[in-house]
Amino acid sequence: MTETREPRSHDAVDRVRRRVLAAAATFAGAALAPGVRLISPAPAEAATGPVTDKVRWGILIDTNRCDDCDVCVEACKTENGWHGHGRPRTDPQWIRKVTLHDRQTGATHDLPLMCVHCQYPPCEDVCPTGASFRRADGIVLVDKHTCIGCRYCMMACPYKARSFVHEDVTDQKSYMPRGKGTVESCTMCVHRVDSGRIPACVEACGGTDGKGAMVFGDLNDPESDISREAGRHMVTRIRADLGLDPGVLYRGI
Amino acid sequence: MREIPFSPLPGRSAEYYTLLGWFALMVAGGLGGAWYMEHHGHWVTGMSNEIVWGTPHVFAVFLIVAASGALNVASIASVFGRVHYKPLSPLSALVSLALLAGGLAVLVLDLGRPDRLIVAMTTYNFKSIFAWNIYLYTGFFVVVGIYIWMMMEWRMNKYKSPVGVFAFLWRLTLTTGTGSIFGFLVARQAYDAAIMAPMFIILSFTYGIAIFYLVVVSTYTWSERPLGDFVIRRMRNMLRIFVAAGLYFVIVFNLTNLYATEHHGVVRFILLDGGVYTTLFWVVQVFLGGIVPLVILFQPGLGHNRQAIGLAAALVLVGGVCQMYVTIIGGQAYPLVLFPGMDVSSSFFDGVVASYTPSLPELLLGLGGIGLALLIVTLAVKLLPFLPDSLADADMDRRFHPDEHAAHFDEDDEEEEPQPATKAA
Repeated sequence: MTETREPRSHDAVDRVRRRVLAAAATFAGAALAPGVRLISPAPAEAATGPVTDKVRWGILIDTNRCDDCDVCVEACKTENGWHGHGRPRTDPQWIRKVTLHDRQTGATHDLPLMCVHCQYPPCEDVCPTGASFRRADGIVLVDKHTCIGCRYCMMACPYKARSFVHEDVTDQKSYMPRGKGTVESCTMCVHRVDSGRIPACVEACGGTDGKGAMVFGDLNDPESDISREAGRHMVTRIRADLGLDPGVLYRGI
Repeated sequence: MREIPFSPLPGRSAEYYTLLGWFALMVAGGLGGAWYMEHHGHWVTGMSNEIVWGTPHVFAVFLIVAASGALNVASIASVFGRVHYKPLSPLSALVSLALLAGGLAVLVLDLGRPDRLIVAMTTYNFKSIFAWNIYLYTGFFVVVGIYIWMMMEWRMNKYKSPVGVFAFLWRLTLTTGTGSIFGFLVARQAYDAAIMAPMFIILSFTYGIAIFYLVVVSTYTWSERPLGDFVIRRMRNMLRIFVAAGLYFVIVFNLTNLYATEHHGVVRFILLDGGVYTTLFWVVQVFLGGIVPLVILFQPGLGHNRQAIGLAAALVLVGGVCQMYVTIIGGQAYPLVLFPGMDVSSSFFDGVVASYTPSLPELLLGLGGIGLALLIVTLAVKLLPFLPDSLADADMDRRFHPDEHAAHFDEDDEEEEPQPATKAA
């Protein structure tokens, strides 16, 4: 009493073939579409042109003007979307205010401290995957796609400039991706610099609430404000003994 | 010394499966700890932006350092021609691979993004000692794996000496790389010292032989295979030399730092007023992990007693874990010197000693690494003939005589591998 299956008609076979072909075409289209889209539009070009070592971006901070205000820190938080979770030991800090007290003279200084964008960054040297890197224009960044979260760069940084993202991140900015389990630090507002603007901290410090203690510019250009200012007064590089040639310079310490 | 046959353990007893179960439980605990840390993020651990490497790194570095040292027994046979160690060579290589696997598992599972291991394996920055270590660690598996093959496959036996020499050089490079992870950190007062690489090599011999002693004695005791004093005293002799050498390096390391005024702060922190780190250094690392084992191992009465030597080996290991804790966590707890001569304060804990308390998931992950290493050894000795059937004095000691046995426990009767007799034409 076994049922014998009728041979399928050519039409039925064709219908099956058409469905398979359609599904394959849809799949292939879906697989290829993102690639096609990626190569079709012309790449967006930064307003300042391609990154080149003809410029060396830097910041000069006059600690004589700096006091205990924190507009630079707040501006950085707002611009880059990092904030605390009420856990100071694990919360990120891309820029912080540091108070110095000279034991011998009793003098006190306040200054902002962030990644100093070294010419020879130890974080770049120790990073096993090359995720920590220095752009030709002197900005030191972390590639969030290749950072494995080993934290060796945090061990190597003499400035304690880097934070590990200890928990889930929310309210990310589209131009400043962040990720749990990776390391991050000041980017010198690379997205602003690439579009011809100045970093948010420098802008805020020069605003009505700030003290005008920060100057941003091209250290390679002798006519830039930062070069002229650095040429007029003696500047200090923090831990200059290490020979890392930071791009963030200080005056008054 | 006659040829001793090798055979796997039957591994059918309830005790064997209980042991396996305990080690599997440790591995499961480690995986659970890692999952908890990765799921929630590292804020649930004791680690922070100050103590970026915590307890998992203590265990990982300890196991990796011990791994290269555990190969020592095989190296002594193959490289330095000490024929007595030959029967123990395959087990020595196995323990070394197992310890490395345990250490690397902990290291990888503590990454912020362990899912990106493939990135670490495919994207390299060759200026980084970490990138070099990825090659050195994976290469160690290959080199020691081939070494085991050469030793266990009689047709390949003729190649075991050159491969053994290569494995020995590889393990020296590997431990140099591990020590250099810290030695190359110019920013930190507690590290930045070239002596860290050779110090780690000596520590690897110490930890490796201590673990190996415990593995050999427990395996032979539990499996009721004969184990004579000849093997015991050789391992004891090695252990006491390396414990003393390790202490010597610790003294030189601290004396060197004391000579440079800029390092006085960090030396004072570790040796005098570092709280828990000072206590761990003096009480556990130096006294319990160094001086007490030396007294036991050099004392004629205790130095002949297997349990006492076992206790000394265990103390060496506890001291070793503490040494890694003091080095890795104590070294980070001491604040970075950003502005020499000035007091520094900030909301980011500049200028203050960082606090750290190990969390349960971290401890579970670290112990999971030890569990994995022991699980691999326990399974491997059942699956493959790593263990000589007998390590009895009659089989090991060419000059063995039952009546005179006890008298020459401390005699130095090392002998070179006999040269093969040339055939008469």
